Amino acid sequence: MKKEIQLTIDGNTIQVPEGTTILKAAESIGIKIPTICYHDYCTANALCRICVVEIEGSRTLIPSCVAKVSSDMQVKTKSERVIKSRKTILEMLVSSIDLSESPEILNMIDEYEANPSRFPDAERREHAVIDDNPMFIRDYEKCILCWRCVQVCAEDAQYTFAINFSGRGYETQINTFYEKPLPETSCVFCGQCIGVCPTGALKPKREWLLQDGYQPEEIMLLTRTQRKKKTKSSARPSSGGSHE
Amino acid sequence: MVKFDLKPLSDSLLDFIPEGRSALLPALHAAQQLYGYIPEEAAHLIADSLKVPLADIYGVIDFYTLFFREPVGETVIHVCNDPACALAGSDTIMKVVNQKYMFNDSVENFRPQITIERAPCLGLCESAPAMLVQGKPAIGKNITNWEELITGGGSPPQPIVSGDIEFLTANCKNEHVTNLEVYVQGGGYSSLQYALSIPPAEIINQVKSSGLVGRGGAAFPTGVKWEGAARETDETKYVVCNGDEAEPGTFKDRILLEKDPHRILEGMIISAYAIGAKKGYFYIRGEYLIAYERIIQAIDDAKSANYLGKNILGTEFSFEIEVRRGAGAYICGEETALFESIEGKRGFPRVKPPFPTVSGLFGKPTVINNVETLANIPLILSIGVEAYRSIGTEKSPGPKLFCVSGDVQRPGLYEVPFGVSLHHLILDLAGGMKEGSTFHAALIGGAAGAFAGEDHLNVMLSFEDLRSHGLPLGSGVITVFDESRDMIDICHRLAHFFADESCGKCYPCQIGTKRQYEILSRINQNRIDPEDQQRLIDLAETMTDTSLCGLGQTAGSAIVSAMKLWPHLFKPQTVV
Repeated sequence: MKKEIQLTIDGNTIQVPEGTTILKAAESIGIKIPTICYHDYCTANALCRICVVEIEGSRTLIPSCVAKVSSDMQVKTKSERVIKSRKTILEMLVSSIDLSESPEILNMIDEYEANPSRFPDAERREHAVIDDNPMFIRDYEKCILCWRCVQVCAEDAQYTFAINFSGRGYETQINTFYEKPLPETSCVFCGQCIGVCPTGALKPKREWLLQDGYQPEEIMLLTRTQRKKKTKSSARPSSGGSHE
Repeated sequence: MVKFDLKPLSDSLLDFIPEGRSALLPALHAAQQLYGYIPEEAAHLIADSLKVPLADIYGVIDFYTLFFREPVGETVIHVCNDPACALAGSDTIMKVVNQKYMFNDSVENFRPQITIERAPCLGLCESAPAMLVQGKPAIGKNITNWEELITGGGSPPQPIVSGDIEFLTANCKNEHVTNLEVYVQGGGYSSLQYALSIPPAEIINQVKSSGLVGRGGAAFPTGVKWEGAARETDETKYVVCNGDEAEPGTFKDRILLEKDPHRILEGMIISAYAIGAKKGYFYIRGEYLIAYERIIQAIDDAKSANYLGKNILGTEFSFEIEVRRGAGAYICGEETALFESIEGKRGFPRVKPPFPTVSGLFGKPTVINNVETLANIPLILSIGVEAYRSIGTEKSPGPKLFCVSGDVQRPGLYEVPFGVSLHHLILDLAGGMKEGSTFHAALIGGAAGAFAGEDHLNVMLSFEDLRSHGLPLGSGVITVFDESRDMIDICHRLAHFFADESCGKCYPCQIGTKRQYEILSRINQNRIDPEDQQRLIDLAETMTDTSLCGLGQTAGSAIVSAMKLWPHLFKPQTVV
């Protein structure tokens, strides 16, 4: 039986078991703290910092997804400082990445009144779609570096270790050994990474083709090679424009 | 496809195999030493030998700037581009080196002769403008011709080491390196002997009472840190020396390591005895090749004299030290990122808590101390707490090293008691401003610090007085600028430094440092948007409030301080 810890969140004094995160403690009384990189079944790394909260006596804001409750903690989940930071982080994010398929983040941008053009002349992370296998595509222009794919490929689920990072800082990208195509890596095409990707950066090939206007029958007609090599228009059999 | 003879690499890997992934950085250094870069085949072999996933190896290679994944020139030249060297003309050096290179090389050459890299602060600020040629320091003003440059010729830097006192720098002032014999003759290792004769708790008490706080920048009380680790019951504990000095403008640890390596070792051995550690790691910045070699030599000598190894000086206490060389990453000076680096990973800082004294290197209780901090330990034990506390001020006891660079007559390392004025340090000790120039500003604490103006010259260099003036002590950096200097250019370089060195883990720092750099680039080109000031403030506040580690938390501080001192520089210029 775990010890109960008493703390106050936004004026509500509650008791939760020792070891509970602030995020879960807040959730238990219906207070929703926004999250982006957090996933219930992946290791939390406190990367996005959207879930920060203000804790009395603390110099900086604290990421609620990893910080544990402690006795008599006074937590504010919507203080002015918290809201300002979330807003600025969202403005940074939207200045860098294609969020068109991330409705949850887009909603947050509305909710926090973040200005999508806050940073004019911002260099965006632009990458060509990587279409190197018949199963899924990698569109790193949409990647928010939440690390979930790397983690499920490694110790969080699959123990395959096909992907890691290249570069660092703003230039960081999810990558393979010497940037090889996935079929030349240890990837087993289990699809776990696609399952946890929150932004459409990883997408099943079929979904991608359907979005591009293909009919299911058309996709069936594509040969394996055509599916593999498909680029936006070239693989369409009717256009005869396969690269083969 | 070029074929590589992997035999020499597989031979050298034999030594590393028992250590597994923790030997990854040493193995990559070995491969690069053999092939000039890290070919895919070599990375593959290392992965197989150390049992590290291939993708992870690539992630590590690409994280550290001193590792090359593609062929580079036979001579690699790093030209420092940070403030102190910029003041001394590093832009010109970069230009000349590049021009020379263009004329000296034919495009058909598959492998170019020379690779030129723009480098972050190389810790040679007192000898600015600085370069590394094949890892060895070369001083711009000592090099007279092209041959000298590419062969690493020219005379090596001779830093000025001076000050009001000489407790920590007594052995650093001559041209000789303090070898074991000289060190022992001067009373060296007597503090260790004394320490081994008293209970560990008593040492911790003395260090606590001395009031020593960490000299790496965070100023955490050293004795409290040791006490925390000593309390842990785990059989395995570690002590780590943080020699990853990389704060722009800092070179104190390099000089200590190069000139007086045994003093640091002595401090480290005492810390291990105090907390009950049997193994330690000495992590030295990748750019500090000379310091790395000196420490390895000093460890060998200390082992032969039984100051290290089994049953040290006939006691029950045994302790060994392994050395790790960094590979170009400022972030690895952050203690948890440094642990990751020793463990053979990308230098991503960890979420704290847990703190290192509970769960540090390899998840074990760990004490990690800065080089200068450890240099204070033998001193405290030899002169006693009372005498130690009589140096400096009541709230900032002890001696302190300051790295003075920039527009002063005698840039160098100065040892003073805490509490002397900035005025004394710059105008008396460092000889005042260069001929014909007047003081404009000083950057205190490095890139992560803040600018001080003329009004601050009377501030006392102690934690309490600096804090009351809104200035950080940091690691003891004072970079001085005269009235002719373009402060926006300096801010632009600081912003570049952080954008380059951000590890990319947390969003506010990963993106914020980039946006900050872009805005400063715009201001530097005099294309100032009226909202840029507010953008910079919001970025800095958000980075400070929400970044995962100290790098992001301080990435905006110097720029914000510049905006307070010189707001007009950040506003659009009105056309006259």
